[in-house]
Amino acid sequence: MNKRGWRLPQLDATNGVWPALAVALVVGGSLVALDGGSLFSESSTISLLQRAAGLGIVAVGQTIAILAGSLDLSVAYVISLTSLVAAETMAGSDGMVLPAIGAVLLVSAAIGLLNGLLITKLRINAFIATLGVGLLIKGYLEQGYAGPAGSVPTSFQHLGYDRVGPIPLSFLLFAAVAAAVWFTLRSTRYGHHLIATGGDLDVARLSGVRTDLVLIRTHVICSLCAGIAGLYLASRLGAGAPRVGAEGGYDLESIAAVVLGGTVLAGGRGGVAGTVGGVLLLAVIDAVFNQLEVDSFFKQMVRGVVIVAAVAVYALRLRRTSDQRKAAVA
Amino acid sequence: MQPDSDQPLLRMRGVGKAFFGVRVLDDVDLDLHPGQVHALVGENGAGKSTLMKIASGVYQPDAGTLELSGKPVTLPDPRAAQAAGIGIIHQEFNLLPERTVAENVFLGREPLRRGLVDRRAMQARTAELLAGIGESAIAPQAKVGRLSVAQQQVVEIVKALALDARVLIMDEPTASLADHEVELLYALVRRLQARGIGILYVSHRLTEVFDLSGRITVLKDGRRVTTLATAEATADTLVRHMVGRELSHYYPDRAAPGSAGAAVLTLSAAGNGRLRPVDLELRSGEVLGVGGLQGSGRSALARAVFGIDGFRTGQLLLDGVAMRVRSPRQAVRAGIAYVTEDRKGEGLALSQSVLDNALLAQRAVTPRWFARNARATTVRELLDAVEVHAAGTEQEIRYLSGGNQQKVILARWLAMKPRVLLFDEPTRGIDVGAKAAIHDLIRRLAADGAAVLMISSELPELIGMSDRIVVMRDGAIAGELPAGSSEEAVMGLATGAATNTEVTA
Repeated sequence: MNKRGWRLPQLDATNGVWPALAVALVVGGSLVALDGGSLFSESSTISLLQRAAGLGIVAVGQTIAILAGSLDLSVAYVISLTSLVAAETMAGSDGMVLPAIGAVLLVSAAIGLLNGLLITKLRINAFIATLGVGLLIKGYLEQGYAGPAGSVPTSFQHLGYDRVGPIPLSFLLFAAVAAAVWFTLRSTRYGHHLIATGGDLDVARLSGVRTDLVLIRTHVICSLCAGIAGLYLASRLGAGAPRVGAEGGYDLESIAAVVLGGTVLAGGRGGVAGTVGGVLLLAVIDAVFNQLEVDSFFKQMVRGVVIVAAVAVYALRLRRTSDQRKAAVA
Repeated sequence: MQPDSDQPLLRMRGVGKAFFGVRVLDDVDLDLHPGQVHALVGENGAGKSTLMKIASGVYQPDAGTLELSGKPVTLPDPRAAQAAGIGIIHQEFNLLPERTVAENVFLGREPLRRGLVDRRAMQARTAELLAGIGESAIAPQAKVGRLSVAQQQVVEIVKALALDARVLIMDEPTASLADHEVELLYALVRRLQARGIGILYVSHRLTEVFDLSGRITVLKDGRRVTTLATAEATADTLVRHMVGRELSHYYPDRAAPGSAGAAVLTLSAAGNGRLRPVDLELRSGEVLGVGGLQGSGRSALARAVFGIDGFRTGQLLLDGVAMRVRSPRQAVRAGIAYVTEDRKGEGLALSQSVLDNALLAQRAVTPRWFARNARATTVRELLDAVEVHAAGTEQEIRYLSGGNQQKVILARWLAMKPRVLLFDEPTRGIDVGAKAAIHDLIRRLAADGAAVLMISSELPELIGMSDRIVVMRDGAIAGELPAGSSEEAVMGLATGAATNTEVTA
C-alpha cells in the first residue's frame, strides 16, 4: 500500500522558492562576475549568511504566526527593545550574560503573551493588536533612548562574529531555530493544531483543538524568535540600539520572506522550509546589489518586484489547480 | 432490512426549543434504532436543523429528554456529543483541505508516541477505518483538498467513526455530490447500516428518503406531524404531511401551445472551451428547460450567455442582432439576468441587508444616486410582490431561509426588467412550500413575456416546468424534448442511451 519510490517533487507554492533562489544565484553570480567581483568568495558568502541569520530567526517566528492565521507586526520593536534589554543588563560584564539572556526571553515572551491575549481574549484583529503593541514599545523606546545604550562584553560578541569554517555562528543559530520549529510543526500535537487553527478556526475548534491556547503559544514563540534576533543584533553591534529593528524593516521583511517561501497569508498552508528559502533569496538579492554597488532605491524596487511577482505566480498556480479541480467536478 | 431492536440508540422525548420567545421546536419525539436509517423531512423552518443541533450538542433543549442506549444524557457542547458517540456530517465539510486524510481524521486527538505525534499509527488506524467501510481506495496520506467531494464526505464520515460514533446525523448529504457519486454514498450508507450504526438522514430529496430510509419522521412548524415506516409512505402522502398539498399541484400551468412569441435569444454554433457549438432559440413567453448530468455543460451554457466565460466561436443574437457579451455587466445591460446555482457563493453578499442585496444589480449597472429613494421604494414593492418573509429589509440576508434568499435574488433581477432570465437550479436546497412559490414566479415572468431558460437536475421540476426541454451531454445539446416528456426520455438523452434528436414521450 505504502509504495515508496523516487519521483520529482511537485512544484507548488511551498517549494517554488528554491528554483527562484537557484536562478538568483546563477544570474546574480554572473552579473557580479561580469562586474569583476565574486558572489561566492568567502567574505561575501559570510556576510550573506550573516545578513540572512538575523532576518531568518525573526522570519521563522513570523512563519508560525502566519501559519496559524495570525500575524505579528510588533517584531521590529521587540528586536530593538530586547537588544537594549540585553546590552543594559549585561553592561559589559561577563557574569551578566546568562541573566541578560534570561531577561530577554522573559520580556519577549511577555510581549508575545500580550499579543496572544489581545487577539484571542479581546478578539482584536491580529494586525491591529500587534501594531498597537509595536507602537507602544516604539513610544517607550523613543521616550527613553536617544541612541545606543548599554554594552555587551566581548565574550558575548562571539555570537555575532565567530564562525565554524565559513559558516557564521549566527547562521547556525538560525538553522537551529528553523529546525526546531520545523520539527515542532511536523511532530508535535501543538504543531498539528497550529496548522489546523490557521487552516480553519472553526474546523479546528469543532475537532476539539483549543485554538485560543494555540494562538497564544504561537505568539509567544514568535516574540521569542524576535527576542533571539535582538540578542544577536546586540552581540553584533556591541550595544543595544533603539531603532535597529524598525530601521532594518524586520516586520515587513520577515513577512515578505514568509510569503516568498510560499506560506499563504491566510494561514494553514506553508512551512518553515520555504521561509528559509525566502530569507536566503532576499539575502542573495541584497548581496548581489551590494557587490554591484547599486543605488539602494533601485534595490528596494527590485525586491518589491520580486515579492509581488512571486505572490502573483503562486496565486496563478493556485487558481489553475482549483480551476482544474472545478472542471473535474463540473 | 431494518433490524429494529427494542432498545433505541437515540431516543428523544418531548423535545422543545424556543429562541427569543419564538417556539421553533415543540414536543418532538424521535427514536433511532441501531442499523436504522431514519429520515427527517420537512420544509425549511420546520425545525429539522434545530432538532439536529440539539442531537449534536450545539443547542440545549428547553424541554424534553435525550437518551442514548436507554441512559439519559445531556449534551452541553458538540464535544460532549462526539464523546457520547454522536457524529454529524454537515453540508459544508469540516475538513482542512491542506492536510492529509489521516491528519484530518485524528485532528485534536493525534496519537502520541514518546510525546510526539505518531504518524505511522495515525495512518495505519485511518487505513483500518477506511477499509472497515470499504473505502480503502482513499490513501490516508493523501491531501484532502485533492480528493473528490464524495471522497471528502467519506473522510468526514471516517472522522466521525474514529470517535466510535454509533449515531450519525447526515445533513443533506447529497447536496454537494455529483449524480454518479450519489450511488457511492448510498452504498456507504448501507454498509454503515450493516455495522449497526443508526443514521438520522435529513434531506429535501424524497427519492433518497425512499431509497434509503426505513422510517420517516415529518416535521412541520416545529412539531412532529407523523412518523411512519417508509414502506407505507408515498411521495404524495409525505408532501401532504409536509405542506398539506398533493404532489400533482406542484407546478403552475404551462404556456398554451404555440403561444410563445418571437425569438429573443438565438445561439448559432456558439461555443467555447467547455461548449461544443450550440444552436439554440429562446422565445419570449416560454420556459425552456435545460437538462443533463452534472458537468454536461448546462451551467457553462448559462455562464457563456451571461458573459462570465463568454463564447469564443459562433454567434449570439439578441432580438436578432448579433452581440458579443464579454462581461456580466454587458449582459445585464442587454437585459439578461442570471440566478446562479451557488446561491451563497455567487448570488449573495451574505452579511449585507436584504435591501442591499436586492439593489445590487441596479446599483452596479445604473448608479443613479438621485433616484435612489425611488429605487429603494420600487425594490421594496418587488420584495413584497415576491413575498419575501424577513424581519425587515435591513435584516442581514444570511439569516433568511434559502427560499427567501432566492426570492430576494429574483427581486434584484426583476428590478432590472430583464427580457432573458437564466435560472441555474432555481430551487436547490429550498423547501417544498417556497419551491412552489418560486415556480409560480418563474411561470408568471414567462407569461409576462420574458424568455426563461431554466437548468434543473430535478427531473420532476424540469418536466413539470418546461415548455420545451433541451438535454445536454458532453458540452453539446444531445436533443430536444417536448413538454411533459418522461423522465426516462430525459435520462436517455442525458446518458447517451438514446441518441435521436427528437424523442417523443
